[in-house]
Amino acid sequence: MDYSGTSTKLRLENIVAVITGGSRGIGAGIVRRFVQEGARVAFSDLLQDKGKALEKELGKNVAFYRADSMSPSDIESLMDFAVEHFGKLDCVVNNAGAGGEGGPIAEISVEGFDRTIALLLRGPFLGIKYAVPHMQSGSIINIASVAGLAGGYASHPYSAAKFGVVGLTKSAALELAERGIRVNAICPGGIATAIFATAVPDLPAELVERAPEIVEPWIAERYALGRSGFPADIANAALWLASSESSFVTGHALAVDGGITAGRRWSEQNQSYERLRERFRSAMAQTTVSS
Amino acid sequence: MNHLLPSAELRLENQVAVVTGGTRGIGEGIVRRFFQEGAHVVFSGRSRERGKAIEEELGKDVAFFPADAASPSDTQALMDFAAEHFGRLDCVVNNAGWGGEGGPIAGISVQGFDQSITLLLRGPFLGIKYALPHMQSGTIINIASVASLAGGYSTHAYTAAKFGLIGLTKSVALELAERGIRVNAICPGGTATAIFSRIYPDLPPEWIGRTPEIVEPWIAAGTPLGRSGFPVDIANAALWLASNESSFVTGHALVVDGGLTVGRPWSRMLDSYDHLRERFQSAMKEGPVTEGKENN
Repeated sequence: MDYSGTSTKLRLENIVAVITGGSRGIGAGIVRRFVQEGARVAFSDLLQDKGKALEKELGKNVAFYRADSMSPSDIESLMDFAVEHFGKLDCVVNNAGAGGEGGPIAEISVEGFDRTIALLLRGPFLGIKYAVPHMQSGSIINIASVAGLAGGYASHPYSAAKFGVVGLTKSAALELAERGIRVNAICPGGIATAIFATAVPDLPAELVERAPEIVEPWIAERYALGRSGFPADIANAALWLASSESSFVTGHALAVDGGITAGRRWSEQNQSYERLRERFRSAMAQTTVSS
Repeated sequence: MNHLLPSAELRLENQVAVVTGGTRGIGEGIVRRFFQEGAHVVFSGRSRERGKAIEEELGKDVAFFPADAASPSDTQALMDFAAEHFGRLDCVVNNAGWGGEGGPIAGISVQGFDQSITLLLRGPFLGIKYALPHMQSGTIINIASVASLAGGYSTHAYTAAKFGLIGLTKSVALELAERGIRVNAICPGGTATAIFSRIYPDLPPEWIGRTPEIVEPWIAAGTPLGRSGFPVDIANAALWLASNESSFVTGHALVVDGGLTVGRPWSRMLDSYDHLRERFQSAMKEGPVTEGKENN
């Protein structure tokens, strides 16, 4: 029995990873955590200034490459760049994303639906398609969502795309298992990032910057654990899935969601029953009156 | 709140954990991995001999306590012992279990069904019930199974109990979230341990110890990733769930199965479509049935 893997060494030493959408939020959290554990990271984003700043901060083990996850040629170039720059490719984190067009289904534009599918479902497909030719073994991680597990957490197109990502994850996992490449998804719950800024149209830029601190208490009050999620929570899950400690895990959707998809909150359940008991009391009180 | 901490330190330092069924197999793997990461561990099991041997090997930070996971009083005594011996309780791993009575449903004895439910579903319930008075915060980890997710991987009673264990996990997670205690399950796939020894009727005792090496290639052949699982795979998952790196994870069933329950293996899917194409080819060779008859 081999219990090697004690944590005194770096857990991603010698791993080369690509992370899409790495300039801020969850993506930036993953970039930082991976670098901390010894990985070399190429990350993409449309936000070039932020990307370059992060690259400069973290040093030579990190490279920023401007790429649009909606563009097949950009993603192909991104993967080629990573291999050229760092010599190989072991891990891909398909993270880039944004909120989708919300509102009632009959009012969602066809273009809005297509855009969301193109970014959130086709994007990860492209990430896998163009990475796999460069990979001998390794780990692919798709950042999905609780909206990939249940309805009611995001817009219709977003939910459709994220459920789709979980399906893509399982399907690709079965094919690539035979090649020693693992494919898993992480389903974040409420994480305090700027993604929530898209809920408010035409938000001024400085409020987009402050979105994480503004949404944090709003998320925390909805979560029985009493806190919001943070990029670090997702980064820790991605680290685990990228490391050899999870080498028997594939095709899995790992929910990092503070228990929100486990079901109805305990206090809500109790309040609901209390309301039911009141109905009985009212009914009995009325009966007493009439008799 | 910054959890971006590098892993240079021991990941379960200062934690006190109880692991049931810790004298061999997955449980033993978890005891060893937790100990390696700085935890103090109390473990139970039915074999005093094995328990004492592991305790002696690992030293003063590990203690064996004989207890039957099906017994309420044993379980209560186990949790009380752990809290007394190491001063606190942070983590409980409800792992004890074995396969139950198998075969067609009409043939399963009522007693056999009850035994499986008592050990595999009520056992973890007891573990949670009697640990809680000692816990301020922390984690509970229930070792479930791929048989928690789908039929066809174990006996009827085992499957019923393991599905139930997921429900218990999620239900309790929702209650205890409000107290800062996380509750999760791990669903192991094929893991090379002695649990498989009961497949072979009346296996001589000296062969039970060799079961892991015998089942390993059999498991590997049926697993998409092409290898068997090992106790260390489950131990690593338990470590992650016990550590604060997973502090936003609760009510989750973490599947560690090499892809077993993900779906139909890729090559089997391709073969199946080949067979279907052959049927089309055969049909086309025979020609359209009605026209042929008319021509004849």
